[in-house]
Amino acid sequence: MEIIRRGAEAIIYRGEWRGRKVVIKKRVSKKYRIKEIDEIIREQRTKREAMLMMAARAAGVGVPIIYDLRIKEKEIVMQYLDGERIKDVIDKRGDEWKKRVCIEIGRAIANMHKNNIIHGDITTSNMIWMNNKLYFIDFGLGMKSGEDEDRGVDLHLLMEAFKAAHEDERLFGWVIESYKENFDGAENVIKKVEEIAKRGRYMRRVS
Amino acid sequence: MICLGIEGTAHTIGIGIVAKEDEKCRVLANVSKMYKPEKGGIHPREAANHHVKQFPSILKKSIEKSGVAIEEIDVIAFSIGPGLGPCLRTAATAARSLALLLKKPIVGVNHCIAHLEIGRALTKCSDPVLLYVSGGNTQVIAFMAGRYRVFGETLDIGIGNCLDKFGREAGMPFPAGPIIERRAKEGRKYIPLPYSVKGMDVAFSGILTAAIHMLKKENIEDICYSLQETCFSMLTEITERAMAHTEKEEVLLGGGVACNKRLQEMVRIMAEERGGKFFCPPNEFLVDNGAMIAWTGLLMYESGMEMRIEETKVRQNFRTDEVEVKWR
Repeated sequence: MEIIRRGAEAIIYRGEWRGRKVVIKKRVSKKYRIKEIDEIIREQRTKREAMLMMAARAAGVGVPIIYDLRIKEKEIVMQYLDGERIKDVIDKRGDEWKKRVCIEIGRAIANMHKNNIIHGDITTSNMIWMNNKLYFIDFGLGMKSGEDEDRGVDLHLLMEAFKAAHEDERLFGWVIESYKENFDGAENVIKKVEEIAKRGRYMRRVS
Repeated sequence: MICLGIEGTAHTIGIGIVAKEDEKCRVLANVSKMYKPEKGGIHPREAANHHVKQFPSILKKSIEKSGVAIEEIDVIAFSIGPGLGPCLRTAATAARSLALLLKKPIVGVNHCIAHLEIGRALTKCSDPVLLYVSGGNTQVIAFMAGRYRVFGETLDIGIGNCLDKFGREAGMPFPAGPIIERRAKEGRKYIPLPYSVKGMDVAFSGILTAAIHMLKKENIEDICYSLQETCFSMLTEITERAMAHTEKEEVLLGGGVACNKRLQEMVRIMAEERGGKFFCPPNEFLVDNGAMIAWTGLLMYESGMEMRIEETKVRQNFRTDEVEVKWR
């Protein structure tokens, strides 16, 4: 089995499910914590992530299809998206395409936030472009929340991601414009983003 | 170069004298006294009074131990923040008096960063992620883009505070951490407690409330065991997250709660499992101490961060990422 990524809590690998190419996300056991805690945490998070993905889909946001949820193994079996990471392509295309994609990004985030879905790790490497459609992956740090603080943290991370990875400053502006157009509560969230930026502590490695 | 450092952010008043020899840190003296409230938690003014009373004797003791004459000291450093106002002002006043009297330069040191720098100096790590766990502070800190940045922290109370408050409810004296550690060793049954990790942050107040409620129903050993296992798993998890995010392979412990052997074990296993390295200085340098202030002050002074007396006002809410790190 081919490992795609080894995160802090899960391993992502490629596999096959009933003849389909799939991605399997497995939450691995940690030796440092006792079995009782380890089991509960991994099970809860596997379920929560799957639920968030389904809620995002219901909100009209592109996410991989979940084929199977293996609670005992702490695995989510999902659609393999044979597309390109937004991070890798957004700087290489023409302005018209860039703007269109940014509008899509803004709308998708607005739809999630409207439905109390916090992605938790919105970076351009967690967005895939496939068949002219935008998809979001990795809801591992996500949660259900209608708090502007949580929405703000979400958006702030995206801002940092754009700053760190993409030179074109217009990109994030287009995203925000579209976010405002698609979400009535946007102004309050944007105020929060400014406040969070001043705290100056959400500096993360963004890749 | 020799630096005398005064620590006084909370319950401990400490003086450390360190020298830099061949680019290495040599601790010449490290003396401290801890204020222990007779009942209840730490009272800032009482703690400050304690510091005032103890200062002359520990100053004398530290000079004697170090074997240097007071005139040989090149720099005076003190903990400028974060911490309790009355305690900070006591240490700052002592530092200013010494600096003026001896006509030596003065530098104010960020307490949290000092925990990290003394760990780097006394262990073999060079660019670690620090898990800093004490009474009031719980942070995961790492160096990035010219500053020490906080990657995760507590959203409410510090882990030490959580343990002490639980201990108080269970009738244990301050500090309760070591007693909880001993009791936990006899615990066998895990009682589920809320596990509260939010991204790279943690929260302890919910767990504390739940654990206090358990006091009436379960035996103390099992509660201590469950409390430790839950809180320390959370801390280890956010530390691992920070290591993955920053792509750093070293992990360092700091703060009084890091004296706990079970926490040390968990972080070490985590580091080993991901092919990283675990570092932990001796207990004397994990708890609040003057040597860490002296060493960090020395580094700051060498990099030109000397302060004028007017700039030495204490900063109770001094944040780790406000410090421009010129010595790295």
